[in-house]
Amino acid sequence: MSRRISGKVLVIHLGIIALLLVAQFFLSPYHHINVARIMIFAAFALGYNVLLGYTGLLSLGHAMFFAAGVYGAGLPVFYLQFNALEAFATGVVSSFLLGVTFGLIVIRTSGVSFLIVTLMFAQAAFLTTLYFNEITLGDQGIVISQVLPPLEVGGAVLEFSDPDVKYNAALLLFGITFLVCIAIVYSPIGRVFVAIRENEARTRMLGYNTYKYKLVSLVISATISGAAGAMYALLFSYIGSTFASIEYSIFPLLWTLVGGMGTLIGPVLGTGLMFYLVDIASGLTESHLIVVGIVLVVLVLYFPKGLMGTIREKWLPWLP
Amino acid sequence: MATVTLLETIGLSKNFEGLQAVDDVELVIPAGEIRAVIGPNGAGKTTLVSLVSGRLKPTQGSIRFKGEDITGLRAWDRVGRGIVYTFQVTSIYANLSCYENVALAVQRRMMGGLRDRLVLAEERVTKGIELALSRVGLADEMHRQAGELPYGHQRLLEVSMGLALEPELLILDEPTQGLALEEISGFCDLIRAISKRATVLLIEHNMSVVLELAELITVMDKGMVIAEGTPSEIERDPVVQRAYLGTDAAA
Repeated sequence: MSRRISGKVLVIHLGIIALLLVAQFFLSPYHHINVARIMIFAAFALGYNVLLGYTGLLSLGHAMFFAAGVYGAGLPVFYLQFNALEAFATGVVSSFLLGVTFGLIVIRTSGVSFLIVTLMFAQAAFLTTLYFNEITLGDQGIVISQVLPPLEVGGAVLEFSDPDVKYNAALLLFGITFLVCIAIVYSPIGRVFVAIRENEARTRMLGYNTYKYKLVSLVISATISGAAGAMYALLFSYIGSTFASIEYSIFPLLWTLVGGMGTLIGPVLGTGLMFYLVDIASGLTESHLIVVGIVLVVLVLYFPKGLMGTIREKWLPWLP
Repeated sequence: MATVTLLETIGLSKNFEGLQAVDDVELVIPAGEIRAVIGPNGAGKTTLVSLVSGRLKPTQGSIRFKGEDITGLRAWDRVGRGIVYTFQVTSIYANLSCYENVALAVQRRMMGGLRDRLVLAEERVTKGIELALSRVGLADEMHRQAGELPYGHQRLLEVSMGLALEPELLILDEPTQGLALEEISGFCDLIRAISKRATVLLIEHNMSVVLELAELITVMDKGMVIAEGTPSEIERDPVVQRAYLGTDAAA
């Protein structure tokens, strides 16, 4: 770690993980499962934020990395009877490899062209999952709960249908992702990411091969997104083309923007907030997107840099 | 003392879609010198140093640094070799603190392998930052946001980032542009201090600065070198007077 992490920063971030650990004993079953879902999506948003918030690259194609994790984990379970650990590994490796391959192609673009190219590739990936329908069963989806064997860890047998297993597996993924992101932000490499976001030409003239750093950022972002996808497939036992659709590229962007890009807590907060906003609004009215839209407009008016971005600017400048 | 050639350009040319911005330039700069490049606007001075620093690729010709051909090296690799460029238009990270601005330069020197990219002792970085900022007199501004600094101080911050890279060749592109008169004399002292440890290639419009600092002056016009000599030789040169001094300089 490069910059020293102050005590209060550490307390706050570890506190969030601890809070989630304790919360499982108090949440009703309905919220229990919701929070498990939110933690996985929050990991997705955290991965997305490495690229958008800390490196300044706006991608509209992260669905393909999430889906690479979903399919990379789900298909081997369905066809090859992989256990959960093996499947998680293949999911992560799939998204990593996709990140490297795709990154080598697009990293020379930036700004709007980066956005368009990521969107194009993600749409191509989405259509690919439908094109190979015989294998992916993309249009109808695959439920893997019948074929996924329970995991034995040190004598304990973990059933993935068990809500406690879901919650704690999601928490484990979220916790590790959160800590990894903190480590990145405080590392020398994270400092270069921010420098690229702020002024890429200057960063090159300070002796940094910015293409290489952007590629690394993209691969980290893709791999975290894929890990979230793999975990989602295993815990919620469904794989389908939906996860490769444009919606799943927009979600992490939205979560990150609402929570505050370039902050660590922002994407987590944004994910939880959006999830419950949709949840509560759809309980109130059938046209719940109107409610969601109005809340978003209000948020943009009063928190132009996202919740945590604005809070940091006004009150807590020491937050990473 | 035997002079060692630090930088040498051989037939260096740059063509922008028909416009010959730099035309067959042969520049030889010995180590330890302060060299000024002057010339009217559009003479190709910034293009020339952009070629040297690697921001642009030459159309023809080659560049040798410490005896090695570096024509094919990218800008970031040239920084690693010791060629450091400071921008004509101040280019700092306005949203970051002065500390972070210089930190990026300091850690570049310290980052070798993968391990240093993940973990660096912050005390070492801080020490480097303190040194670089104090050399330009900005030690007290360390935690201020760079964009809030007055313009003259932003230029100093820019130079301090260059110094933190420990250059062998420091290219200063119009460093006194936009500075107040009283700031300029301080800047001249700074450049003289820098030149004790690094060779300085200076592009400058302010003739009094050039005449005071430079050991040799290279005069460019329309992409070509039209004269080269000591300040007193250049002042007397009729070709230079016609192309440059007579028209818009006498500042």
